[in-house]
Amino acid sequence: MDTNFVILTFASILAESAPLVFAVIGETLGEKSGVTNLSLDGTILLSAMIGFAVAFTTNNLYLAFLAAMLVGALVASIVAFSSIVLKLDQIAVGFVLTLLCGDLSTFFGNPFVRKPGPAVPHFAIPGLAEIPVVGKIFFDQNIVVYLSVLLIFAAWWWIYKTRPGLKLQGIGERPAAAFARGVNVNAQRFIYTLIGGALVGFGGATYSLFVKLGWSYHHTYGIGWIALAIVIFGGWHPIRGALGAYIFGGLQSVSSFAQSAFTDVPTQVFQTAPFALMIIALLFVSNEALDRFFSGSPVSRKIWNSLRGTPPGALSTVFEQE
Amino acid sequence: MRLELKHIHKHFGAVHANDDISIAVESGTIHGLLGENGAGKSTLMKILSGFIHRDAGEILLDGRAVAFKNPAEAIRAGVGMLHQDPLDFPPLTVLDNFLFGREDGFMQNRAGALADLQRFSRQFGFDLDPDALVSSLTVGERQQLEIMRLLSLGAKILIFDEPTTGISLPQKIKLFETLRLLAKQGMTIIFVTHKLQDAEDLCGKVTVLRLGKMTGQVTHPFTADQLVRLMFGQSLETRARASVALGEPILELRDICVADYRLRVPEINLQVRAGQVIGLAGIEGSGQRLLLRACAGLDQPVAGDIWISGARMNRQPYRDFLERGVAYLPAGRLEEGLVPGLNLTEHFILARRSREFFIDWRAAQDAAQSRIGEYSIRGVPASRVEALSGGNQQRALLALLQPNLNLILLEHPTRGLDIESTMWVWSQLLARRQRGAAIVFASADLDEIFEYSDRILVFSGGRVARALNAQETSVQQLGELIGGKGL
Amino acid sequence: MSEITQKPVFSKKTGFSADLLWTMGPIILALLLTTLALVAIGADPLKAYTTLWNGAFGSPEKLGSVIDAWVPLVFCSVGLLVTFTAGLWNIGIEGQIVMGAIGAAWVARTFDLPAEILIALMFIGGALGGAAWALLAGALKVYGRVHEIFGGLGLNFVAMGVTLYLIIGPWKRAGIASTSGTEPFRPAAWLLNFPGLTVGPVEIILAIISLALIYFALRGTLWGLQLKAIGKNARSAFWLGIPTSRHMLGAFAVCGVFAGLAGAEQASGVWARLIPAISGGYGYLAILVVLLSGFRAPLVPFVAFFFAAVSKGSISLPLDLQVDSALGGVLQGVVVLLFVLSQGVRAKWTQTLSS
Repeated sequence: MDTNFVILTFASILAESAPLVFAVIGETLGEKSGVTNLSLDGTILLSAMIGFAVAFTTNNLYLAFLAAMLVGALVASIVAFSSIVLKLDQIAVGFVLTLLCGDLSTFFGNPFVRKPGPAVPHFAIPGLAEIPVVGKIFFDQNIVVYLSVLLIFAAWWWIYKTRPGLKLQGIGERPAAAFARGVNVNAQRFIYTLIGGALVGFGGATYSLFVKLGWSYHHTYGIGWIALAIVIFGGWHPIRGALGAYIFGGLQSVSSFAQSAFTDVPTQVFQTAPFALMIIALLFVSNEALDRFFSGSPVSRKIWNSLRGTPPGALSTVFEQE
Repeated sequence: MRLELKHIHKHFGAVHANDDISIAVESGTIHGLLGENGAGKSTLMKILSGFIHRDAGEILLDGRAVAFKNPAEAIRAGVGMLHQDPLDFPPLTVLDNFLFGREDGFMQNRAGALADLQRFSRQFGFDLDPDALVSSLTVGERQQLEIMRLLSLGAKILIFDEPTTGISLPQKIKLFETLRLLAKQGMTIIFVTHKLQDAEDLCGKVTVLRLGKMTGQVTHPFTADQLVRLMFGQSLETRARASVALGEPILELRDICVADYRLRVPEINLQVRAGQVIGLAGIEGSGQRLLLRACAGLDQPVAGDIWISGARMNRQPYRDFLERGVAYLPAGRLEEGLVPGLNLTEHFILARRSREFFIDWRAAQDAAQSRIGEYSIRGVPASRVEALSGGNQQRALLALLQPNLNLILLEHPTRGLDIESTMWVWSQLLARRQRGAAIVFASADLDEIFEYSDRILVFSGGRVARALNAQETSVQQLGELIGGKGL
Repeated sequence: MSEITQKPVFSKKTGFSADLLWTMGPIILALLLTTLALVAIGADPLKAYTTLWNGAFGSPEKLGSVIDAWVPLVFCSVGLLVTFTAGLWNIGIEGQIVMGAIGAAWVARTFDLPAEILIALMFIGGALGGAAWALLAGALKVYGRVHEIFGGLGLNFVAMGVTLYLIIGPWKRAGIASTSGTEPFRPAAWLLNFPGLTVGPVEIILAIISLALIYFALRGTLWGLQLKAIGKNARSAFWLGIPTSRHMLGAFAVCGVFAGLAGAEQASGVWARLIPAISGGYGYLAILVVLLSGFRAPLVPFVAFFFAAVSKGSISLPLDLQVDSALGGVLQGVVVLLFVLSQGVRAKWTQTLSS
């Protein structure tokens, strides 16, 4: 393996993880506010389809991404309405939406199956792209990849550095206390769920217009579930979540090498590998034995807790004013 | 700021929680609001601070009528409330908590907030690490943080809801000092409590509520007896304790150590004999719950041996404890005792010893009906438990216990109950004792500890004092032990 | 995120007509929305619905194929009633169907026995396969603290991988390895079907018996009541002395048994071999069936029949009208979504009325 190959691999991991990063950050924002949008897998499928369909018919990528974001926000608004206003079970609504959006994508996507369509153009940033190693990895990509990286830091900055971000943490941790401090908890939850959904939609379009071009039946192959698991794995922290997405992307490229090594094992078998990985990752972060092992000393406990993260205290609960 | 509440009314369904309450408080004074649980104190204060809306009546600040839609409006008008369980964000830092709710710009103005925090800390002699997580603070320290936060937001009227419940003696002394200082600075303080002593020590004027109505108002100097009569309608006398012949040792703890992720209480030694009542005193969260759960077989002790009726029970499953006649009554009645959504009949079926596979619903209903009568639960067999009042939920929990128990462990057995239910609960427990059960209970209410315990185990700061003989211990002594003195 | 709102669909207080309104409303609205979807893609809605109807009921063979889908839907719904009662989202049911089919296929390939015994053994093998896979999801939840949604979903994909591996690898057809399926089973392993149909009396009777059995077990036994208590508050249930972990694992296993039966029935009765898409998506569909039934066993057969008819009816859409068969799924999804939402609206509405 020469250095050039390694650099290219890293560059491709950064690029191919972009949809996952958008989805993970979007869902993290929503869950930080206390609302679980379980419909992610369906939302991604539907927005990927709509994004591609709009790009295919109008040849306008801006419109395509905008439409995908609208779809994501629309689905999220159903989740938000049902959980915040109607106080329904978030799992039930999310799961039904997952299936429904999947079917909608197949139904409306039928005319676009395996059609060649536009793609997000490559755009090397002049000057920066010439920097050795770093330039090739970070600055010789396209605008969507740059946005995905920027989004990670923007989300982190918003949550931990701004006043509205502090409110976001509060409504997810203890809505009653946030309300006592003048925050309109349910309105904020609505907004963050919608923004989160729009980001997930953007991720969907990134898939069909860049990472895996075009549209086909169940085009995104379960990536929404992976994103949901990574939010947990990342401890509801945008940077750790993004790191999880990149680790996942890295392992996938490892598995694609493995695939070329074991040619007699069908590719479909390799496609299921990410999901086994997902279970193992969740087992790792929620394991009681590891918990006990690391609680031994205060230092290791602190490190372990910061590694693992805890869910927002009021995740998936309803806030009611007395 | 002068505060006037005029003819406040509030209904919750059929309950008249506030029935024509009128109070006037001058600035620079500490006004006590005294009453039992359920007297309507918290309701009144939540109305004043914008958490709930009144049905009728007027609130005047310096003679100006106000109506708060929410707590944020109240605090903007100068009314701030400290809740019994401080309404803060435990996973965030002290500084984050202090910042939260201040409206000065888009970015978090940490430097400005820090300066404010330090200024207030100096003024009152508080010592909080701005970067510490609130979850690592004691209740007393969380109160201090809330006081400073409300003051920084411009509060002129401060409401303290049962602030002395969960804090240590030194912290209580510090709190009272702070309250007097605040009053001297011209603040209007309302001090909500059910403790006579606190009201006597601190308040110039006391309003007493009972079952939603105002029963009277007294001005310093007043006597405790006066307050008692207003609170209960009659003066209470401690009943003579029925003596019980002690039996075999039921529970023996040898060098038990209990721990959770934040607390470790080592070397607990205790022997409880049949007919004995042991009170676990101390600030809430000092390890009493951990010990009770360990004795019930719900959690494992970290070290030491638990013996029940002569059998070593370490690492035995919960079911074996049940088999040996051990019962635990948790404080969270609907969270870890009763099952919301199931009715009384279903609870009685689940709790019964016989494990018949098929359910005879008719017979079960009849059995439930007679049990409901026996335990005077206000409900019918088809009543869902979440629809019962707190007192009736506690009665239902007691009704779920097996008839012959050797050891009953209770956590806050009478919290949130009215006087009648409290008396009833203890009469049941004492009757069980008469039949040879040993009782271990934790309570934040020192009067309860004194009234019913034979021996008292004090938990404080991660340690447990040698068991005290209740008859030979004074309130002063116990208070000091809880506060960490002489342990 | 584990609490499940199990509100009864039909409450005695409000009367049947109000209930009918609250149930029919979402269905009518859903039809309206799918009509809009059809108009949007330029298809003739009336033709589409006629095609759908004829696709389900146009001939005895078509009706047979509806029942053919009804059987696994009922099996899976029966299992899900158990897990839902215990407060568990057994999304892993798809994988449990697959493992049931694999179990049955293994029996069919391994033993050379008379038909009656072989088929009975295949059903047992299927039940065991499904139960084992369900227990794995259960163990991940109970011992590994991995939420059953993620555990189950992951295991679905893994089960998919296992089938593909078997079909292309060890169990491949002589000479050619293709994803179309294994060599057909020997005829003794074929479930007896009605002439000309892919469905027979055995599985129909078995499905009905399963439903009745679980209905009475959940209503009239201590086991059912204990599961209900766990579903509503596991901590309190444990306090009451119910072995919650064991019961949760048990609920998973029971559900897995029924899912496995569905898989065995598909392998033996419908395909007579193992194919990659052996689950037919009936597991996910059954979750919708149970949601729309409001967790009530007596409604399950009817809702399942409706779903089976829509699923089978929509297959003719692409052939006759060039409309994607996913229309059926869209209709099913919209109905359930609107039904769930209407439950919430209704609760909120009655709450406002009473206060």
